[in-house]
Amino acid sequence: MQTAIAIAGVRKTYGRLTALRGIDFSIRQGEFFGLLGPNGAGKSTLISIIAGLTRMDAGQVSVMGYDTVLQFRQARRQLGVVPQELVFDPFFTVRDMLRIQAGYYGCGREAWPWIDEMLERLDLSEKAGSSMRALSGGMKRRVLIAQALVHRPPVVILDEPTAGVDVELRRTLWEFTTELHRQGTTVVLTTHYLEEAQELCERIAILDKGALQVIETTPQLLARHPFRFLRLKLADGSVLPESLRPMVVGEVNGAIELKLESGKHPIAGVFVALRDAGIAIEDVQTREPDLEDIFVELTGEHARPQEAGA
Amino acid sequence: MSPDQIGFLTLLKKEVKRFWSVLGQTVTAPVITTVLYLLVFAQAMKDRSSAYDGISYTQFLLPGLVMMAVIQNAFANTSSSIVQSKIMGNLVFLQMAPLGPFEWFGAYLLAALLRVTLVAMAMLAVTLPFVSLPIQAPWALLAVFLLSGSSLAVIGLIAGIVAEKFDHIAAFTNFFIVPLSFLSGVFYSVHALPTLWYQASHLNPFFYMIDGFRYGFFGQADAPIALSLAWCAGFFVLSSAVCLRMLITGYKLKK
Repeated sequence: MQTAIAIAGVRKTYGRLTALRGIDFSIRQGEFFGLLGPNGAGKSTLISIIAGLTRMDAGQVSVMGYDTVLQFRQARRQLGVVPQELVFDPFFTVRDMLRIQAGYYGCGREAWPWIDEMLERLDLSEKAGSSMRALSGGMKRRVLIAQALVHRPPVVILDEPTAGVDVELRRTLWEFTTELHRQGTTVVLTTHYLEEAQELCERIAILDKGALQVIETTPQLLARHPFRFLRLKLADGSVLPESLRPMVVGEVNGAIELKLESGKHPIAGVFVALRDAGIAIEDVQTREPDLEDIFVELTGEHARPQEAGA
Repeated sequence: MSPDQIGFLTLLKKEVKRFWSVLGQTVTAPVITTVLYLLVFAQAMKDRSSAYDGISYTQFLLPGLVMMAVIQNAFANTSSSIVQSKIMGNLVFLQMAPLGPFEWFGAYLLAALLRVTLVAMAMLAVTLPFVSLPIQAPWALLAVFLLSGSSLAVIGLIAGIVAEKFDHIAAFTNFFIVPLSFLSGVFYSVHALPTLWYQASHLNPFFYMIDGFRYGFFGQADAPIALSLAWCAGFFVLSSAVCLRMLITGYKLKK
């Protein structure tokens, strides 16, 4: 399979801060790829370098085979980027803005029907003649997505597209993006909602402190740490046997959560220990590790900062 | 038309639409200001001679006022557009687009030139019933107008690239553009100045823009037209070289 984005030896420092310490990986054409990492990991710097907004100190990046520095025009025509911030030009209407954006990429009137189609699919048709100022945050987010797609790029980068949007809009955005991917577009996603990445991405890279920690398919990543979680709600007054206490990783709604390593800690062994200690169980649940667990294992941090203290 | 040409024309059209959508601020307001200057100064100094043969003071004043408006509006057009896009964050759309430094340079410059052409034409049209101006040297007039408007559009582009907030543009306007344009012989002939100020005026590029523009109308001026054209061309080349270097290297535009 051919390469959509190739990143080789990319380094970037801001003064004394090293943002990227030599990143090497590539994204294949047609992939739905997740780029994850805690805040300050270097994701935004890497995306800015791919998009041409930031200069790299060393290394090389190409999009669909075009070098982003030496062949920047061709490279940028292959790429659509949805920025993280809700930025807009207050002088123009939604439709004008999209037509201007298409023009920058060398598309003339032939792009207008596609613009109207996107407005329709993103539920923006009624607002096509409205000033960007008059739109809600969710609508501005949808316009940003349309702007990234006006020139029908084969590669699309979505930088935290669902940050701060409601559940309904998030679902609409993912349906739209999934449809794009189905049609052959390479989609690169950064998000703090790891359940989204787990559900949508075929392959995931995790960056931390400017270095690539891991790059694997999502199933490989989930199988990387062979453990599962067991939640036990014990009868009132019962105390967990001493032998099980090293496995405790937390307490959720009054239930104790144990982390069991496959092969080493069979579930049956836990029940035997409880029975031998004469402890009654009120409720029991098992949970397979999700991406959040893997993420914490690899980076020592939660994906969403507000959860770190929870 | 190639994709690059479409991209360039789109940026040019966008910049024209931007000032067109607020025509009251960008064209009407400077015309009104100039007419007020003309009314006040022409009335207050009607008995004063222009120092040029056969030219009234009001006639002498008008080309200087038009060029002063050209200088200030060319600068304002590019500087405000860039700094506004920076502050609103929408400059990223342009930065991520497949447009090169020469397309940026050309589109911003031409849009500013179009705005100042409208301003200048509107001023001359509005004042036509009161002041009639001959046009003795049309080619010099056109050359000085184009070089001056272009130079200030480029200086505005530089200021917009360097500035991080509107205050920086306001400071540049208040401490550089306005004083130099007022002290450039708009309201008087520099021959009437004391020696020191007369010599200082000859180091002010705006003096040559105004003086050369006046030559285009009257066929006479304080400085030889060749010198004014040389200063205008030199100023344009120098400012363009600085601006293009900034755009090519991504100075203050790329992290």
